[in-house]
Amino acid sequence: MKVTLKIWRQPDAASPGAMHTYEVDKVSEDMSFLEMLDVLNEQLNAQGEDPVAFDSDCREGICGMCGLMINGQAHGPEVTTTCQLHMRSFKDGDEIVVEPWRSDAFPVLKDLVVDRGALDRIIQAGGFISVNTGSAPEAHSVPVPRDDAVRAFSAAACIGCGACVAACPNGSASLFLGAKITHLGELPQGQPERHSRVVDMVAQHDHEGFGGCTNIGECTAACPKEIPLDVISQLNRDLRTALVHGR
Amino acid sequence: MAVSGLLFIAFVLMHMYGNLKAFGGHDSYNTYAEHLRTFGEPILPREGLLWILRLGLIVALIAHVASALALWHRAGTARSTKYVAKKNLGSSFSSRTMRWGGITLLLFVVWHLLHFTIVKINPAGGATNDPYNLLVDSFQEWWMTILYLVAMAALGLHLHHGTWSSLQTLGWTSSAAARTRAKVAGWVVAIVIAGGFSLVPLFVLFGVID
Amino acid sequence: MASPIDPSHSTPTNEPPVQVSDDAQGYYVPGEPLVDPRTPTGPIKDRWTTRKFENRLVNPANRRKLSIIIVGTGLAGGAAAATLGEAGYNVKSFCYQDSPRRAHSIAAQGGINAAKNYKEDGDSTHRLFYDTVKGGDYRSRESNVYRLAEVSANIIDQCVAQGVPFAREYGGLLDNRSFGGVQVSRTFYARGQTGQQLLIGAYQAMERQVAAGTVTEYTRHEMLELIVADGRARGIIARNMVTGEIETHLADVVVLASGGYGNVFYLSTNAMGSNVTATWRAHRKGAYFANPCYTQIHPTCIPVSGSHQSKLTLMSESLRNDGRIWVPKKKADCDKDPRQIPEQDRDYYLERIYPSFGNLVPRDIASRGAKNVCDEGRGVGPEVDGVRRGVYLDFADSIARLGEDAVREKYGNLFDMYKQITGENPYEVPMRIYPAVHYTMGGLWVDYDLQSSIPGLFVTGEANFSDHGANRLGASALMQGLADGYFVLPNTIREYLADGPFDALDESHPAVAEAKKSVEDRVQHFLSTNGTRSVDSYHRELGNIMWEYCGMERTEDGLKKAIDLIRGLREDFWRNVKVLGTADSLNQSLEKAGRVADFFELGELMCIDALNRRESCGGHFRAESQTEDGEALRHDDQFAYVAAWEFGGDGAQPVLHKEDLVYTAIEMKQRSYK
Ligand SMILES: Cc1cc2nc3c(=O)[nH]c(=O)nc-3n(C[C@H](O)[C@H](O)[C@H](O)COP(=O)(O)OP(=O)(O)OC[C@H]3O[C@@H](n4cnc5c(N)ncnc54)[C@H](O)[C@@H]3O)c2cc1C
Ligand code: HEM
Ligand code: SF4
Ligand code: FES
Repeated sequence: MKVTLKIWRQPDAASPGAMHTYEVDKVSEDMSFLEMLDVLNEQLNAQGEDPVAFDSDCREGICGMCGLMINGQAHGPEVTTTCQLHMRSFKDGDEIVVEPWRSDAFPVLKDLVVDRGALDRIIQAGGFISVNTGSAPEAHSVPVPRDDAVRAFSAAACIGCGACVAACPNGSASLFLGAKITHLGELPQGQPERHSRVVDMVAQHDHEGFGGCTNIGECTAACPKEIPLDVISQLNRDLRTALVHGR
Repeated sequence: MAVSGLLFIAFVLMHMYGNLKAFGGHDSYNTYAEHLRTFGEPILPREGLLWILRLGLIVALIAHVASALALWHRAGTARSTKYVAKKNLGSSFSSRTMRWGGITLLLFVVWHLLHFTIVKINPAGGATNDPYNLLVDSFQEWWMTILYLVAMAALGLHLHHGTWSSLQTLGWTSSAAARTRAKVAGWVVAIVIAGGFSLVPLFVLFGVID
Repeated sequence: MASPIDPSHSTPTNEPPVQVSDDAQGYYVPGEPLVDPRTPTGPIKDRWTTRKFENRLVNPANRRKLSIIIVGTGLAGGAAAATLGEAGYNVKSFCYQDSPRRAHSIAAQGGINAAKNYKEDGDSTHRLFYDTVKGGDYRSRESNVYRLAEVSANIIDQCVAQGVPFAREYGGLLDNRSFGGVQVSRTFYARGQTGQQLLIGAYQAMERQVAAGTVTEYTRHEMLELIVADGRARGIIARNMVTGEIETHLADVVVLASGGYGNVFYLSTNAMGSNVTATWRAHRKGAYFANPCYTQIHPTCIPVSGSHQSKLTLMSESLRNDGRIWVPKKKADCDKDPRQIPEQDRDYYLERIYPSFGNLVPRDIASRGAKNVCDEGRGVGPEVDGVRRGVYLDFADSIARLGEDAVREKYGNLFDMYKQITGENPYEVPMRIYPAVHYTMGGLWVDYDLQSSIPGLFVTGEANFSDHGANRLGASALMQGLADGYFVLPNTIREYLADGPFDALDESHPAVAEAKKSVEDRVQHFLSTNGTRSVDSYHRELGNIMWEYCGMERTEDGLKKAIDLIRGLREDFWRNVKVLGTADSLNQSLEKAGRVADFFELGELMCIDALNRRESCGGHFRAESQTEDGEALRHDDQFAYVAAWEFGGDGAQPVLHKEDLVYTAIEMKQRSYK
């Protein structure tokens, strides 16, 4: 099949960008979306035009490196990562608009590549359990109720891709934040730092310039790992409890 | 935001209940209006409680509008370059209209206060010192009823998302069951309040109340 | 400790090997035998404890003054950065992704082994040690493997304390499963995302140190050269992948934890950016590269669907428990709907050849079986470059026997993944699978303390060669990465650092200037060549050569041919590659060009190593060395050694140093799966 791509091109963070139109022919439906972009890049390279920069690494939906806004949807029309999206989700003659994640906290570095360092800094603010190597007690000394373990796991499935931010009309990273709060807060090991964790991480989130959550729900619809909205409720609840307890 | 919003909900619920007194007829309604003013006497002066409530509402309104503006501003700076194409998939219509819906409500509240409280405007040109008559006279005008119905639709939308959203903001929806309950609550509050308020103008217009 | 083999007293010792064959003659120079200078002595179970005690400590007050560069933020690098940061050293951490959390360890699915014996099924440190050495086909160092088994239990404790959400039973205790063909249940897992959860644990511990100021992270930085000054590794040259700046980073010690080099095959289950550059550059500066030819090829991957394919996806081996593998008996049936092919026209070749193990034969045997039937022209699925490369993995029998729901319960997520990628529904049509390159056992040579042959250069995780011999058992790479990062390296590096801080260096030191200039020259070369072919096209062609001649089955003639082809292609690459863009911006073609340039050199060395090793062991199968039934045949008498290659210089032959493998706690046996 043949598709027409409208892609955001921007040489670097400081320069302005614009949409450019390209055509890619002989696209097979077994190609992944990124493989289709690889084909475009081979084409551009042959014509002497700078290939389109986009991020990807594992290409199996787990590292969180890839992420494109495809026809107005973060990671495109399926509930999956961009790298796991395949061309059979499109049809011959389609026009596909491809943009980078848009968030002022994720500056565009080039074309479709953005800097998501803000998410790392949110983790640095408290997204961990303070335990030095070697000081851990025997693993079986603290049993964890299975339901808690399951809920912690579901929240821990977040891959840090930033699609939630990209999809949110407020540009909020609350789903990412709530996922980490829920993951660690649901486990007995996470209790000692529970209050300070939420307060510090929320402060960092706001400091990075992410928007505030108004519980709209675009994030969870875009999330490739289907992180549920209740992690945001958990985040709010933990924050309230922490503030009531003076932290 | 959530707290002020919930305060409003409590207020509008009471307010709506009061309005429904109109079905009891002229005296029942006016007694209620009078009672509001004398409630708490003699510990409080006349209209004392009313002023406490009004003050509370004013503070809540300021808080509510201020935080709404703050959120709006943050959302704007969080994404200064807009998407060329953007779809909405996971969100309800009501959730996306909170801001413009809120502004509609604010304008409406201003008009509403001018209409019934501060200036007291009787579109039929009749007396304005009798609450019941003012009400009935107003809603006998079709355009006035429509205006209020539109405002109530806006209120219903705002409350549909607002109720769920405030429960989520307060962290009371962290289990699947609680979330379902909050969503249902959103519908119930929206329908009860918007519907309840709409009854009086409609019944007046169609001559059931006169 | 209840163990079938008494751990400390059995002392079978093998004879030193004497190599008679010399297939690689003319391709290499024989070097001095190699002895691990740090090899521990005493009873095997005390060796690590003794070593930890003997290695000197560094005064806490001095640690801040000692700087450590760690390249890699996977399990091996991330865990090390966190631990050394906690200890108070001044750590600089590098990765090429935009966040440390994206290292390819994240992709591991199955699980992590640990000798906890929670199931009381007779597991022990010694049994894990034994299984790992045997699984590695007796080509690993026993002291290293024993240490790995010993610290495995601590890993689980550490991870649980960090909040890693391992699978649990209803009673709240940790669940285990059996994995990779062993008879005990010692594998800890977190659904199909064990690597992700372990990595996030290490990442969070590391981010905590970033906040504490002990670790500085350099993301989107690619190490392009090692700085060796006055005989010590003292730093790296890295390219800032956003600004293009060529940066010099100096330290007292350098740790490479840069992962495996499976991408030399172009198609593999590795991440797009996985590369050999970090270790290869160190190799060129004097670090020996050990057993480069040892590659693990995993049998259950989703087949290539066309020439556009950019990477391959692994599906858990557990599928072979219930799926039956077959191909049509007749070539003419290969493009038919498999459901229309009657039972008598199907060849369940694994069940036919290995009646007792059937579809559950080890990875390498299953992989080779698939290759053979496809080479015969009986492969299925789309034709890519004229050949169908795929075999059926059929669940029809299991679905009939257990019901669709039971199958969904067990494999639902894998079936979904398969459907997502291929667009076919495996509940209705048999899956197609084909082997893919998955792991590289070879890597930089290190001593028992994980120090390479360059003083001050330590190597951990998949990047070193040390623990898996010729074949890695399932769920043991994660174990090794974390063992190295959390427990081994922090206890061995201090012996080296106790002599530091070393004399301050600056950019004007000739070694620094030389390293930086060589990187700049290389970048300039790529950008100014202005040829006609893209980097990817070279990489793909190199991968084809490697896969064809240095893949599942290797022969003397094939390897020699491959070496010629690689040399020719490499020359063409340097003359004719087309890299657009500029040096001072984000330039993904330029990044790839540097990686592919190093893959060319590595590929050649892999072929030479494979050519020299005229035996079949683990993942390395030489057609010349098989039993009458086509089974792998080891030659312990000739090859029970580690082949450590020294860089001979550009255009010169590499030098082979042999480190004999001596087993005192275990006896070498030949395996059989008939
Ligand atoms: C699909 C898949 C499934 C697997 N499943 C399992 C399993 O179930 N159980 C198991 O035990 N093992 C499994 N493995 C193997 C295991 O995951 C890896 O061997 C292990 O995680 C490697 O860890 P590492 O820390 O050594 O390297 P990696 O995690 O690969 O990390 C490499 C790091 O080095 C950095 N880096 C590399 N080159 C450079 C450079 N030039 N400059 C700067 N930084 C650089 C990268 O950015 C990255 O941070 C699996 C592997 C794959 C591919
Ligand atoms: C006066 C004009 C008003 C404006 C400008 C306004 C605006 C807003 C905005 C922008 C929000 C946040 C969006 C969100 O949370 O999704 C909001 C939330 C809300 N509003 Fe209003 N609103 C107004 C009046 C009212 C009234 C009259 C009520 C009640 C009768 C009300 C009840 C709520 C509730 C319950 C919420 C949810 C709070 C939360 O999620 O934290 N609002 N409003
Ligand atoms: S919550 Fe979902 S969308 Fe957001 S970063 Fe995590 S995985 Fe991505
Ligand atoms: S590239 Fe790793 S999730 Fe898409």
